Amino acid sequence: MKVKQISVFLENKNGRLSEVTRILAEGEISLRAMTIADTADFGILRIIAEQPDKCLELLQQNNFTARVTEVIGVRLDDRPGALHDVMQVFEDNKVNIEYLYSTLMLMDDKVVIMFKVEDIDHGLDIIKKNGMEAITAF
Amino acid sequence: MIWNKSAECDNRDDRKVQQLYSLKKLVRHVYETIPFYKKKFDEAGVTPDDIKTLADISKLPFTTKDELRDTYPYGLLACDKKDIVEIHTSSGTTGTPVLAAYTKNDMDMWAEVMARCLCMAGATPEDVVQNGYGYGMFTGGLGVHYGSHKLGCHTIPVSSGNTRRQLMMMRDFKSTILTCTPSYSLYMAEAAKEMGIDFKDLSLKSGIFGAEPWSDNMRKEIEEKLNLQAYDIYGLTEIVGPGVSNECEAHNGLHVNEDHFFPEIIDPKTGEVLPEGEKGELVFTTITREGTPIIRYRTRDITWLWHDDCPCGRTTVKMHRLLGRTDDMLILRGVNVFPSQIENVLMRIEETEPHYQIVVDRGDTHLDEVELHVEVEPSFFSDETRNLEKIKEKIAAEIKQELGIAVIIKLVEPKSIARSEGKAKRVVDKRTL
Ligand SMILES: [Zn+2]
Repeated sequence: MKVKQISVFLENKNGRLSEVTRILAEGEISLRAMTIADTADFGILRIIAEQPDKCLELLQQNNFTARVTEVIGVRLDDRPGALHDVMQVFEDNKVNIEYLYSTLMLMDDKVVIMFKVEDIDHGLDIIKKNGMEAITAF
Repeated sequence: MIWNKSAECDNRDDRKVQQLYSLKKLVRHVYETIPFYKKKFDEAGVTPDDIKTLADISKLPFTTKDELRDTYPYGLLACDKKDIVEIHTSSGTTGTPVLAAYTKNDMDMWAEVMARCLCMAGATPEDVVQNGYGYGMFTGGLGVHYGSHKLGCHTIPVSSGNTRRQLMMMRDFKSTILTCTPSYSLYMAEAAKEMGIDFKDLSLKSGIFGAEPWSDNMRKEIEEKLNLQAYDIYGLTEIVGPGVSNECEAHNGLHVNEDHFFPEIIDPKTGEVLPEGEKGELVFTTITREGTPIIRYRTRDITWLWHDDCPCGRTTVKMHRLLGRTDDMLILRGVNVFPSQIENVLMRIEETEPHYQIVVDRGDTHLDEVELHVEVEPSFFSDETRNLEKIKEKIAAEIKQELGIAVIIKLVEPKSIARSEGKAKRVVDKRTL
């Protein structure tokens, strides 16, 4: 299953990130994962929220440039080498990873790693075929 | 339709006779009644008798905006104060405003030239004019208003701002003609999207846009987004307000109402009058004004003038849409740069919209450092930094090609650059020269 990630453009200046967290707090959005990719003058905040549509709407209403990107959340056992197993499978099957990051919590004692891959359908297919588990939603 | 065929389509030689008559009368009148002009003419060694042909106008001294400020409020009044029926002031960031005072005849003339402009943009008495220029001391709102009345249009004096209300009125009253600043029209287009209003469902046929420089590319964007034909209008408070010139349906230059506003193009450095067709600073003499006429006013606007056989039938001289202002013209590392050039580049790049600001500073190297701030539009926002970096490189390369100088591109959040309801601030110059 594809998971909706919200990406937000942020200028590198004081208070922008806290403006986002303020909007999400006031909108009672529950966060499940977040990461920032940054350059010298701007950053891209990536958010996984329990209510992605509402999250996107709130940010756009507040004049942020934001969009939905589809990503894969893979559930892994909490043990050494679990991440490598997925990486190996992706590599063997030529699933190009653009970026990945971990989520903020365990799900049933398992960790969830978010993957942005070039071809999401191919990526999901590979996960399934290799007996791994992609989450449906948070 | 043409509002005043006998004036606008007049034989050019006949018009020159009228212009010379009006000019001579004005020069004598200001010389005899306004000490400011008498002193300046005397210093320049010129008397009203020296004006024998239209070309003799070049013997007269220029009037500058600073002089208008110095003589504020009534130093340049050319009639009895009791004959003034309305005044306007031009907004000034520097403090002292500039006065424009109108007699009853001036008001009639203003409505007349503005009615001509509306007609050039396709207006008829059947039209619904939604006037989105600010009402009050600013001439934009009331100038258009008087012209719209004169023409007999269904006039909506909505003024500027309150975008939601603008869009609702456009829908409810089926406005056919919109008048506002070009940047505000694009702001309205964005707001309409958010409100779920499609301009294809509205009744607008023409938009008359002015009060700030814009480009042909911006015109295309406005025409597409607002589903109308865009017309450029030019005017300034010191001369009359809106109504000085307007584009006709040929969309090839603005017809100047030269029977009232006599135009010249000069070299901004030397003050020499330039031949027709050459770019320079626009200068106006208001040959028929009674309240606050003005002799050879330096507008600081850069354009050029020409005559052609316009398909619309008007014979009045044309001016090109503004290329910039003498004081907006940036000299960056010795290169003359107009903000409109940067706008053209951004319009050319498919992903970007022309929401930008140029920030100039002088770094440790004492060289001009130019930053171009460009708002990140949803149309090119990506969740990957390298895609955005690619856009930055593309803009930088195109700018370099267009201007011949390197600029630093900085992506900024949408709507973070002040614009829309007022005039867009395109240039921030932090250099201390
Ligand atoms: Zn024409």
